[in-house]
Amino acid sequence: MDLTRDEEDALHGRRGEAMETAYRVLVATGEAMGAAALGGVSWAHLSGVNYNTIGDAGARFLADMAAAGARVRTRTTLNPMGYDSRADHGLPDEFVRGQEGIASSYGQMGVDLSFSCIPYEIFRESDLLPRAGGRVAFAESNAAIYANSVGGLRTNKESAFGALAAALSGKSPVAPPEDPGSVPTVRLRVDSASDLDYGLLGYFAGAAGSRTVNIEGAAEAMGHRSCKSLCAGMGTSGTCSRFSLGARAAGERIDFGREERDAALDSLSTAGSGDMIALGSPQLGAGELASLAAMVGGARFQKRCVVFCARASLEAAEASGDAAGLRRAGCELLADCCACLTPLVSADDVDSVTTSSVKAAYYLSRSNGVGVDLRPISEIVRGEAR
Amino acid sequence: MRRTVVAGRAMGEVLRSSMPINFLGAVDAARGTITDPAHDLHGRALRGTILAFPHGIGSSVGAYTVYALKANGVAPAAMVCARADASVVSGCAIAGIPLMLDGGLCEGVRDGQACTVDTAARTVVPA
Repeated sequence: MDLTRDEEDALHGRRGEAMETAYRVLVATGEAMGAAALGGVSWAHLSGVNYNTIGDAGARFLADMAAAGARVRTRTTLNPMGYDSRADHGLPDEFVRGQEGIASSYGQMGVDLSFSCIPYEIFRESDLLPRAGGRVAFAESNAAIYANSVGGLRTNKESAFGALAAALSGKSPVAPPEDPGSVPTVRLRVDSASDLDYGLLGYFAGAAGSRTVNIEGAAEAMGHRSCKSLCAGMGTSGTCSRFSLGARAAGERIDFGREERDAALDSLSTAGSGDMIALGSPQLGAGELASLAAMVGGARFQKRCVVFCARASLEAAEASGDAAGLRRAGCELLADCCACLTPLVSADDVDSVTTSSVKAAYYLSRSNGVGVDLRPISEIVRGEAR
Repeated sequence: MRRTVVAGRAMGEVLRSSMPINFLGAVDAARGTITDPAHDLHGRALRGTILAFPHGIGSSVGAYTVYALKANGVAPAAMVCARADASVVSGCAIAGIPLMLDGGLCEGVRDGQACTVDTAARTVVPA
């Protein structure tokens, strides 16, 4: 990879220790992907925020970086943390201290503490999105896939360190062109696919490709919820950073029919029912909160139902009255955090969780150690709210 | 063809998997073990090994897990992957774990065999 003199200086520590660390990541990542050069980015979105996932080692790394003078050079937002900063969850002091330390390190670096995994959604309404085709650096996999596939932006599927390096340098490696012959096509052969089916399709397709997967048979019918579900499922199972839609001649062709859908569902849905309901992963946006409120109507959930959403979406739902409606239906609305990898769902309290998210199912089962009852949102509302 | 991503030289026993690894979801960073019961390395310790596997998958935060393995003293001595993914690459870059790309995943040496990885020579040979 060709580096400018400035970039060489940074790599060799002549711009400080923090910048040297950032360039070590940029160069290793660039070399590995076969990039010819680094290019500017106008927005970085970081992962590596939740104390549950990065722990003391990660917290110390970030504190050291902040102390070494790490400061972001481009607009930088970040993923959810472990809990809602405005609610009292009764979490252990040790967790809260660890989490606050992480937030404080990012704040010191100049990061906008957005605590959301749907940056594309909350910034679309505030007109803060970069121009179409602009280069960004998103670590959150569902957001990267969304940005590349439907958001009109371009990003590598950055790692947590890659996005941090991009934030600190304002640059990311420019990926070489993709060989069109290496893009497989997955044909959706499930009739009247639900939002969950799209999540399972993403989970299946994500493991089938390496960078882009073409999806055939999805185009017109896919609503926003299904699209988010597809992006999150795809980000969970593989290394893909983008999907395209439509018919395509080149590349391998694979069917995703009833049988493949059922196999994916069986591998993720491990319980027949849940002791509680968790909706999110990705966080719900304002539109989804409104549609959930409409779906529930005057009914009430018969067990604990936690709805994870972005702070901005929650504020919009407070203003519209949807938040009040959802609370009347028994929903607990939480911002700043999300369904996967939150300490708020623990095997100490529940054996199993009902969710509509493939990504939540994957991490609840593997990281939180609880059983998962995976169902489409409409079925959850019908079965659990009376 | 072999390529160096993070330079270095290290010795360890080859621990080979045919399955991708989700570092965030399937690895215990404190103990340095694979916790996913569906994985072919389930229960195996990574410490001091030459970990050869196709590539990392899943969350971008997996990079922190790679770093945490090193910080907790339970990291592999080196990694060999068939293809590069951002989390393993950046995690190894920050942690200083030698990383080589090798489509054949150390062909010619046995599982469990003590070997030396040398990224300058691009070799994995019995120690």
